Amino acid sequence: MNKPFAPSRRGFMIAATAAGAMFGFVAPGAAAEAGFEPTVWYSIDPQGIVTVNVIRAEMGQHVGTAIARIVADELEADWDKVRIVSVDSDPKWGYMVTGGSWSVWQSYPLMSQAGAAGRIALIEAGAKLLGADPKACLARKGMVSAGGKSVSYGDIVAKGGLKASFTEAELKAMPIKPPAERRLIGRETQARDIPDKTNGKGLYGLDAVVPGMVYARPKIPPTRNESKVVSVDDSAAKAVPGYQRSLVLDDPSGTVPGWVVVVADSFVAADRAAELVKVTWTNGDTAKISEADLQAHAAKLIADPKVGAMVLNDAGVDSAFGAARSTLEATYTTASAIHFQMEPVNALAFEKDGVFEIHTGNQWQSLILPTLAKALGRPEDKIVMRTYLLGGGFGRRLNGDYAVPAALASKALGKPVKLVFTRADDTLFDSFRSPSVQKVRMAFGAGGAVSAMEHHACAGWPTLVMAPFFMPKGVDGVAYDPFAINGANHWYTVGAHRVRAVSNDLANRAFRPGWLRSVGPGWTNWAVECFMDEAAHAQKADPLAFRLRLLDGAGRNAGGPPSAVGGARRQAAVLARVAKSAGYGGKLPRDTGIGLATTFGQERDMPTWIACAARVRVDRKSGEVKVESLHLAVDAGAIVHPDGALAQMEGAALWGMSLALFEGATFANGQIAETNLDSYTPLRMADVPELHIDFVESPEPPVGLGEPATTVVGPAIGNAIFAAVGARLRHLPIQPDAVLAALKTA
Amino acid sequence: MATFQLNGRTVTSSGPEDAPLLWAIRDDLGLKGTKFGCGIGACGACTVHVDGQAIRACVTPVSAVAGAKVVTIEGLDPKGAHPLQTAWIATQAPQCGYCQSGQIMQAAALLAATPRPTDAEIDAAMNGNLCRCMAYVRIKKAIKLAATGARA
Repeated sequence: MNKPFAPSRRGFMIAATAAGAMFGFVAPGAAAEAGFEPTVWYSIDPQGIVTVNVIRAEMGQHVGTAIARIVADELEADWDKVRIVSVDSDPKWGYMVTGGSWSVWQSYPLMSQAGAAGRIALIEAGAKLLGADPKACLARKGMVSAGGKSVSYGDIVAKGGLKASFTEAELKAMPIKPPAERRLIGRETQARDIPDKTNGKGLYGLDAVVPGMVYARPKIPPTRNESKVVSVDDSAAKAVPGYQRSLVLDDPSGTVPGWVVVVADSFVAADRAAELVKVTWTNGDTAKISEADLQAHAAKLIADPKVGAMVLNDAGVDSAFGAARSTLEATYTTASAIHFQMEPVNALAFEKDGVFEIHTGNQWQSLILPTLAKALGRPEDKIVMRTYLLGGGFGRRLNGDYAVPAALASKALGKPVKLVFTRADDTLFDSFRSPSVQKVRMAFGAGGAVSAMEHHACAGWPTLVMAPFFMPKGVDGVAYDPFAINGANHWYTVGAHRVRAVSNDLANRAFRPGWLRSVGPGWTNWAVECFMDEAAHAQKADPLAFRLRLLDGAGRNAGGPPSAVGGARRQAAVLARVAKSAGYGGKLPRDTGIGLATTFGQERDMPTWIACAARVRVDRKSGEVKVESLHLAVDAGAIVHPDGALAQMEGAALWGMSLALFEGATFANGQIAETNLDSYTPLRMADVPELHIDFVESPEPPVGLGEPATTVVGPAIGNAIFAAVGARLRHLPIQPDAVLAALKTA
Repeated sequence: MATFQLNGRTVTSSGPEDAPLLWAIRDDLGLKGTKFGCGIGACGACTVHVDGQAIRACVTPVSAVAGAKVVTIEGLDPKGAHPLQTAWIATQAPQCGYCQSGQIMQAAALLAATPRPTDAEIDAAMNGNLCRCMAYVRIKKAIKLAATGARA
């Protein structure tokens, strides 16, 4: 797998400024240029206040707290004096994206080095002030001490003259503290973003206002990509007080074809007028496409061996199947799933002093800025995205398409436009998780030993549609969407292994496929982990023992640095742990079962070893599945912010359960049919089962935690249903009718 | 237009009488702590108190609160230190936080009526409040913590 998001290595500079001292990365060679401006990642003022600039979007993961603590730990800062600033978009920050469970994993090496560099410089300067040998000095809690004397970081900065620079190589060799010396990482703390989320003070994109703005609500066209406006009739809307006009958008970026926005003095007026504005569109054939068409097309593509990209294609797959004593094949499907982040997408856009400002919550500024530039016909450096709290991300706001119509409307009207989507508008414009079809096969040799495995997965490819430059090439040289296949390239030793990723071109055309929390692994593991269970039963083996045997850490599954030390053996360890904690193998009441699943989280380069044991009770009459408990065990390396990590696990696990039993949307005639909570029904408080979450203590570098728990819960529930009543489910979401149907063949 | 008490202050909304209270509070009167989620009264993000009762502001016409006392998250406690707000921080309940104004207002109405709710009573009172981050474990824990604190 490639590493498209790895930040490039740069030198590091520390310099005194009028306001204190700044600590920043510089591009190679930049220091030699006259008037260069380093990128300040943190600063210390004369009062000793450490301000850490955070480029990651705050959407509930308390990411600012985690990143600031990485810096502060190495810096030996006083946490009470650390402040966090969420920055606006600026090219100087480099690539701005918050997703993939990457934030802590990516930030950790760089921010540790940055903190350590600061500590070393402060010790040097502090030693001079103390008249001591730097080697005799100790930095702790924002003070440098030696021989009973000490000087604060603030005083060191106030004295001026703090200056140091480190080359890329020196930075890389920075002495990062051993785990035993960590004073903030791994210790409990309260997240800094939380208080303002309890008193109404936290500002989200929807709360952004500017004097003179008008409100707008979109008329969502019947198709995502193929609608054209024929005519607009706003005669009825003119009766709405405050209605201004309906605007047909001309979009050079092609992001919002067929769009009309209804402009008014207030949101209420825009909302009501939009209901009365009649737009006539011509639509392409996708206006007639439905969920079943998408799935039928995927099944047809999977049956064609000539399409798709080979992610893995070991020698000997076909011969192993040819020589097999027995084989097993199963097909798994998943339905469309929408984001339904609580804050409907919205954006406020206006031009000020020659710069277009976009005020909205967003996860991937670097992706949408070039599109905004194209839409507005101006260079990227004349557009800035102001940062707000996100009322839920879950991948929806990786795709910033909702900012484009606000910007276009503002440009056309020459005034600030606040574009607000209703919930139904948000759903109809969602870049939802594509439905999928997966075929999995396994070959067994002598004694039931696994000799080969094949996994073919077909779905809409968000990365192809929105960020094709992030697509790595398969072993056959064909580019593929890693976020629509990761998970299939698992750590089980299965002999010759073939993994083929297939793009559903009909899905890509009929809607805009999106990245949804846990992306590919959220559905590829529905196939992998249910299939592992089926394979175990086919071999009359216990599903736990069967998996543990295959997680032997052999060959490419041995793992290695930087992030996968220990490989599959760490996965086996979390699985064994969760089985034990859940009482797997013990006696259970009638129609009750425990099912297992284990994954490596999101990516082979960044494995978060995780396992789940779900205990369910099945009502044989109604087909209802009651989840009684979820046990999870996770090994994510060092845990930076333990309580925040636990919160991510809790939320992600319940997401997995919600996607498995409570969600699932239907694409019908070119749009999602379930547009609001009267028909789309995510999990509620009363549905929450007992949750047991167990972290493995680890000295390894931290990986990601925002998504992995979502990947294991669905298959664990599916396997638990089989354990309880012998009904095998192969479609997500699991609905009572499907349970009843499966019971008939059990 | 409608005149009512908003967090102890007499206010008059500027929009039409049948406009939802939510938008009167947010856009006419400028208090942004009450959130818009679904617009059909099914997510609870817009929950406010009207004469002490938790209601969904997105489906309540502003005319319905004429003369009434409306309290939003901003007015729940002058210092933002209502036992529920304190408990919300102690349990680190919010994730994205967008639904939490509504969750807290719903929970405040629950505790006002039922100071020592059972688990089932909490579930029943809170089931109309969606938390998409699924921070339910902590929301429930915070309500119990606040209820215990209120007893002590």
